[in-house]
Amino acid sequence: MDLASPADVAARLDETGYLADDALATVAFLALRMQRPLLLEGEPGTGKTALAEAIAESLDLPLVRLQCYEGIDATQALYDWDFPRQILHLRALEATGGADVEEAEKSLYDARFLLARPVLQALQDSPAVLLVDEVDRADDEFEAFLLEVLSTYQVTIPELGTVRAATPPIVVLTSNRTRELHDALKRRCLYHWIDHPGLEREVEILRSRAPEVSETLRRQVVELVQQLRARDDLQKPPGVAETLDWARSLHHLGTTEIDLASAAATLGALVKYREDSERVRHALDQMLRP
Amino acid sequence: MRQPDEVLLGFARALRAAGVPVTQDRSQGYLAAVAELGADDPRATYLAGRATLCAGPDDLARYDQVFHAYFNARDGLPRSRPAQPAVPVQSSLPATDESGEGEASDEEVVRAMASETEVLRHRDVASLTAGEKHRLAAMFATLRPRPPLRRTARHQRWHRGQVDASRTLRSSLRRMGEPAEIAWRRRGVRPRRVVLLVDVSGSMSGYADALLRLAHRFTQAYAGVETFTVGTRVTHVTRALRMRDAERALIAAGETVPDWSGGTRLGETLRFFLDRWGQRGMARGAVVVVFSDGWERGDPVLLGEQMARLQRIAHRVVWVNPHRGKSGYEPVQQGVLAALPYCDDFVAGHSLATFAELSEVISRA
Repeated sequence: MDLASPADVAARLDETGYLADDALATVAFLALRMQRPLLLEGEPGTGKTALAEAIAESLDLPLVRLQCYEGIDATQALYDWDFPRQILHLRALEATGGADVEEAEKSLYDARFLLARPVLQALQDSPAVLLVDEVDRADDEFEAFLLEVLSTYQVTIPELGTVRAATPPIVVLTSNRTRELHDALKRRCLYHWIDHPGLEREVEILRSRAPEVSETLRRQVVELVQQLRARDDLQKPPGVAETLDWARSLHHLGTTEIDLASAAATLGALVKYREDSERVRHALDQMLRP
Repeated sequence: MRQPDEVLLGFARALRAAGVPVTQDRSQGYLAAVAELGADDPRATYLAGRATLCAGPDDLARYDQVFHAYFNARDGLPRSRPAQPAVPVQSSLPATDESGEGEASDEEVVRAMASETEVLRHRDVASLTAGEKHRLAAMFATLRPRPPLRRTARHQRWHRGQVDASRTLRSSLRRMGEPAEIAWRRRGVRPRRVVLLVDVSGSMSGYADALLRLAHRFTQAYAGVETFTVGTRVTHVTRALRMRDAERALIAAGETVPDWSGGTRLGETLRFFLDRWGQRGMARGAVVVVFSDGWERGDPVLLGEQMARLQRIAHRVVWVNPHRGKSGYEPVQQGVLAALPYCDDFVAGHSLATFAELSEVISRA
C-alpha cells in the first residue's frame, strides 16, 4: 500500500466521500501500518460503520461484514459444513454405484462443501477489510474467540487444515458501549472515540454526501442541528446520519429555506422519540422566529 | 538529553499514575505508533497515545490533562516526575473484635451467639456500632443471590420440544444419510442483567457501606451485574467491585466515587445514566434496582420523567428504600412520590434480612 502519512489516508477517504479529521486519519493510518485492529466507539450515527466501508472502497478491497448479536458463535463467524449438500452428494455417489468408502468420505470434506462465514471469508479473500459490527452485543465467550483469531489471523479446520491470510485483513471493530469490552481484546486494538463533528465539518460532510441539497439549506440544517445537539434535554441527540436524512427529506419536499411548517413536517427524520419531537418543535419555534 | 523512548515511556508511566490502566504492551504499542508517525510532531505524538494508551471515553479526559501537564509544563521539556493527583482514600471501618467474654459455659455461648446473629440480621444497619458493622460484614457472605433469568433467542439441545433440523441432519450424516433419531431443542435461558444504582448522598451515608457490600456480593455471585453510585454525579464502580476481597473492593470503589455524602439530584443523575449507559443497552431488558430514600434536591418532575423513561427501557424497576420497613413510614418525600408510579416493586432495605428478601425479589423478576 502506498500510504505514506495520515494526510494520504485522509485524502483517500475524502475521495470516497468520507471526511475524516486528523485524529481519525492518524488512527486509521496507524491501524494500516501496524496491522492492528481498530476499535471505534462513539454515539450512534457518527459514522463508525461508514469508516470501514470507506476504507474498503478507498483501498479497493472487498468488505466482509460480521454483524454481532447475542449468542453468536464460531459456526456463524467462522465456517460451517453444508450438511444437506453433503448428504445429497452421498446419495448421488450411492446411485451411481458408489466409489470406495474412503474416497467417498474424503470427498465429503471438500472445500466446496465448506460454508465460509465472515471471518474465514476475510482470511481467504485477503487482503480484505473485516468489519466486526457492534461487537458489544456478542457474549464474552465470543470475544475470547475473536481475540484468538485477531492475534494469529489464522483458522484451523480439522478436516481441511489451516487457513492463513497471506496478508492480514484490515480489521475494524465498532461498539456502542452497551457493555464494557474485555481488556484483553481492547489491548490488541487501537482505540478511537468518534465525536459529533463541528459545524464546518458537518457542512462539508453534507456537501459530499448529499450534493443535491442547496448550499443555503445545507448550512441552515447543520446550524439548527448543532444547536439542538448543544441542548442537554434530548433523549437521543441527532447524529450525522439524522442530519443527512433531514436535509434530504427537506430537499425532497422542495424546500429551499427552512420554515416552521416544513421543519415540523420532516421532524420524524431528525428525532425518534415523542418527548424529543415535542421539545425540538418548541425549540425550532424559537430558533426560526425572525 | 534524554532518549525519546525514555521520555515517551515516562509519559506512559505518568498516565498510569493518573489512573489510566496502561499496561506494558500498551506502552510498547505507543512507542511503535510514534515511530510510525515520527517523534518530532507533537500532534502526532498526542494522537498516537490517544489511540494506543486509552481504552474508553473516561480515559480520554485524563489523557488530555496528563499529556498537557507532561509535555507542556516547561516549554516542551518533560518534567522528571509528574505531580500525582491526590486521591481521597476511603478507609474501611476499624475492626474492634469484642473478644474476651465472661467465663460462661460453651452451650450458653453458642446459644447467645446464635440469637445475637439473628438480632443483628434484623437491625437497621445505620444504627450499628463499628464492632457490630464489622461482624455484619462477615455475615454478608451468607447471602446467596440467584440471578433472574430470561429466555434467549437461541436454542439449546433438549430431550423434547421443537425438532432441531440441522442437528438431526448432522447425525444422519454419520449414518451415511440414513434418517435416524430426531434431535430436539428448546429456547435457552440466561441470566438477566441486573443494574444497581446506589444513592451515596448525605442522607444515605449510614447505608452506603452496607449497600456497596451488598452490590459486591451480587457482583461476585453471578455475571451481568453492573453497579453505579449516584448522588450529584454518576460513577461506574463495577470494575472495582469485581475484586474478590470485599474490603479491597470497597476501598477501590470508594476511591472512584467523587461525590460521597453530597447532595442528591436523582433526576439529573438518572438522566445522565440513561443517556450514557442505560438507553444504549445496559438497562434494556434489565432488572434495575434503585437504592435511595428519595430525598430529592432537584426537580421532582424531572425525576418522574426519567423514571418513566427507565421503566419503558428496563424489564423491571425495583425501588429500595431504607425507611420503607420502619414503622410509621409514609412515602411522602417528593422524590418518592414522583418515582413511585413507575416502580414495579417498592421494598425495604435497611437490614441484612431485608437484603435477603430483596435478592429474592430480584431473582424472581
